Amino acid sequence: MTYRFNVNGDDVALDVPGMRRLLDALREDLGLTGTKEGCGEGECGACSVLVDGEVVDSCLVPVCQVDGREVLTVEGLAPQGGMDILQQAFLERGGAQCGICTPGMLMAARAYVDHGGAPVDEDIREAIAGNLCRCTGYTKIIEAIAAATTTGRT
Amino acid sequence: MTVTTRPPRVAPRPEAPVAPVRAPDVGDLGVGLARSFPLRREGPAKLNGTAMYTDDLVFPGAWYGQTIRSSEPHARLLGIELDPAFDWSKVVVVTARDIPGDNYVSLLTDDQPILVTDEIRHHSEPVCLLAASDRQTLREAKHRIRLLTEPLPAVFDPLEATQEFAHFALAKGDIEAGLAEAELVIEGTYRVGHQEQLYIENNAMIAVPRPDGGVTIHGSMQCPYYIHKALKRALRLSDAQAVVIQAETGGGFGGKEEYPSIIAIHAALLAQRLGKPVRMIYDRHEDLAATTKRHPAIVTHRTGVMRDGRLVAQDIEVVMDGGAYCTLTPVVLSRGTLHAGGPYACPNVRIRGRAVATNTPPNGAFRGFGAPQTEFAAEMQVNRIAETLGMSPLELRRRWVYRLGDETPSGQILRESVAGEEVLERAAEAAEFERTRVQTGRVRTDRLAGSGSVARSSDVLSSASQKVARGIGMALGWHGAGFTGSGEVKLASVASLELSSDGRLRVLTGSTEMGQGTKTIFPQLAAEQLGLPESSIEMAPQDTSIVPDSGPTVASRTAMVVGGLVIQAAARMRALVEDSTGRPFADSYLEYATEHDGLRIDQQFEPYPNVNFDDETYRGDAYPAYGWACAVAEVEVDLDTGETQVRSVVSADDIGKAIHPVLAEGQVEGGTLQGVGYATIEEIKLVDGRYLNDRLATYLIPTSLDAPRIEAILVESPFSGAPHGAKGVGELPMDMPAAAVVAAIHDATGVWIHDLPATPERVLAALHGIPPPPLPGISTISARSTEPAPSAQDAGTPEEALDPRPDAETDPQPLRGPQP
Repeated sequence: MTYRFNVNGDDVALDVPGMRRLLDALREDLGLTGTKEGCGEGECGACSVLVDGEVVDSCLVPVCQVDGREVLTVEGLAPQGGMDILQQAFLERGGAQCGICTPGMLMAARAYVDHGGAPVDEDIREAIAGNLCRCTGYTKIIEAIAAATTTGRT
Repeated sequence: MTVTTRPPRVAPRPEAPVAPVRAPDVGDLGVGLARSFPLRREGPAKLNGTAMYTDDLVFPGAWYGQTIRSSEPHARLLGIELDPAFDWSKVVVVTARDIPGDNYVSLLTDDQPILVTDEIRHHSEPVCLLAASDRQTLREAKHRIRLLTEPLPAVFDPLEATQEFAHFALAKGDIEAGLAEAELVIEGTYRVGHQEQLYIENNAMIAVPRPDGGVTIHGSMQCPYYIHKALKRALRLSDAQAVVIQAETGGGFGGKEEYPSIIAIHAALLAQRLGKPVRMIYDRHEDLAATTKRHPAIVTHRTGVMRDGRLVAQDIEVVMDGGAYCTLTPVVLSRGTLHAGGPYACPNVRIRGRAVATNTPPNGAFRGFGAPQTEFAAEMQVNRIAETLGMSPLELRRRWVYRLGDETPSGQILRESVAGEEVLERAAEAAEFERTRVQTGRVRTDRLAGSGSVARSSDVLSSASQKVARGIGMALGWHGAGFTGSGEVKLASVASLELSSDGRLRVLTGSTEMGQGTKTIFPQLAAEQLGLPESSIEMAPQDTSIVPDSGPTVASRTAMVVGGLVIQAAARMRALVEDSTGRPFADSYLEYATEHDGLRIDQQFEPYPNVNFDDETYRGDAYPAYGWACAVAEVEVDLDTGETQVRSVVSADDIGKAIHPVLAEGQVEGGTLQGVGYATIEEIKLVDGRYLNDRLATYLIPTSLDAPRIEAILVESPFSGAPHGAKGVGELPMDMPAAAVVAAIHDATGVWIHDLPATPERVLAALHGIPPPPLPGISTISARSTEPAPSAQDAGTPEEALDPRPDAETDPQPLRGPQP
């Protein structure tokens, strides 16, 4: 069966089994390897993407569930070669270290910012609680997201 | 926050020798362009999703590799049975017989086979390898293999183990006389279990056959040259035939120091056999079940003190569980032993350490490398002694902490860069330790005095507040900078700086970037020496066919040792060019490059002056310098559930020189949280030598909601042997948080938790005087395994033989994603 959805502004059509993981469809069928697999069971959030603006673990979402929907991945955060306000804040504040959780973390942060999130420590912690980071202790990630919420939206 | 330490406030003691190494000259320390701290060099690629980690690399025609592992802790391997009903022509199978070279993973000792030949020594041990062109065929094939085995008796308790990997002994003064002289002798036994590094990127290797008969490895790793060496020996390859290239690496923490060698060899064996690229990408379950963990340890202290607080004797015994094979265990034990007394001057010391073999998966490198285990015990002991003496833990440490000129148990005189006092005062002040301790102590005393009077159920608010107890705790740590003993001298690392004929400047080192900032600070250091912007310095890829062996990226040595070599290479290049052209480097190097067809400086490590260690007697300067750090933790303990929430941690860390404060703070914050996880939730549970919680649903690490507010205070007490004064930052902040958190739990509740992690079960057991859960780090034995074994037992059903967790009732199957 063919599934049609929108990824980062582009319409795509994939002829794949409906239960194929969205993660695999993105990485292997569409070549969007910015989305990472950390655990494959919805625990780490490294594979987070936005589906119609909501954060999901793409390892837990079968491709049939995104039929007709809009998917946003890290590659779609900013025009090629650019960075959005969150990416810039992560870069300047040291929010990315090894970088493997970063794409998923950015997607969770993007949803927070897009939903009108404020630079409030507790709220930001709640917003990224599904995204594990082993490098930063979360300190600089939270600072970066707070900075992005105060600097304005992209 | 960065605090630069002025010349020591405490004068050297009269018997201390004059500092024999030169003091840093003005201009040696960070000045000029580097003041503006560059952004993380590979940051944009990591942030926009274009950074290529191993699993992101595409090699057309690549097959998928799989490791078939043992499902028993100790057994004789009788055979590997392939189901004749399956079409094996679609699959490649590799066993130990197919290894062209020596069947050992080259490291310290030849004991760990690449694939089992006859004796299985731990659960999840690699027995044979499969590859198929698609994942579906691979999954089918692995269910059609049976391991025929005969069980052998297994050893799980390190105290009952008979095989020893290493032992060390340190002595100073007269321990018996010291203990006899002491007015009080305080004893304690502390146990820590396994901890998983839990880099978010699982281990991953891709092997690609080369036209010259060799193999190129692309993978996630800390140490390309470890893999290079191991590959050459296993596959009988020349230097040029074995090429190892680091892909972007999603965290290491020691977990990608030595273990990647075996994965690379496995992938290479399959690739060689097939003549096609082979992807060996671990999933989280395999990574947790099979790869190395932090060594469990049992540390026993007897400490002699006088009632006025003087420390007179430390008698310490360390037992570490190495697991089934040696890996890096002797070196881990060595560091653990050398740090076991903590950063305290004591006239009479005996420290004995041994590491033993058990039938559990091998343990290996993890941030701190033996020190977090023994320093946890040392700081527990200090905090308990302070309580016994009725003294403040801060005041006791002020009296004991090493000062300039003091002598360590290995006979090392601390001649410079001694900042224990400084970090202690900084952390205590920033956390308002004494003021908070008085408050929490008063509340605790009131509550315990009124115990039995449980909050009135009519007063919900009062009841809620009384269920949560607040506490504050402190721990002080030290961490030897760089390799232990003569390690750096033996490594003789090289870093190079290249000026090409077309004027491009490039740093060449084998030091890897895994998030800590190598690729950012090396160009920064070189640029600073050359008087150029850092953007004009390139970094060569970590490819063994291009870069020299700069030693492994471990032991917090990269900034200090290899960074020092980069600075020296740049200084030499600048001098050569300026001598030749008579003009400043920045104005003349392009012209020099054209005229001289480029220039390359290979800078080899030279021993730090007056730093000597004797491996035979185990005495001398164990480390060229030490980092010093103090953590103060505040916790809330739920008295009903036993759950601990760590609210805040202040960590003051003396790292010699903060080359890049943003990156350095990131190291302190990340290390602190790993220490908090170690203290509270991170524990591997074992049954019959098998890791039970081998999934991310059951092995928990702190989330953003579990993480405390972390305040990093960087203190700079420079080490004169390194041109920039830096001592390393990666591991130091991991050493103290566990003891600080447990001290805070005690401050809140009045009970001591001797075993890590301080889980709700352990806290409740201590609060209510009920038996605690099983000891950390030691496998329990299931009823099934005690049944008489059949004379020749196979590995069970194929599922059981392959799934390392066939019937894990205590580890309920988590929700899994849809399979493609």
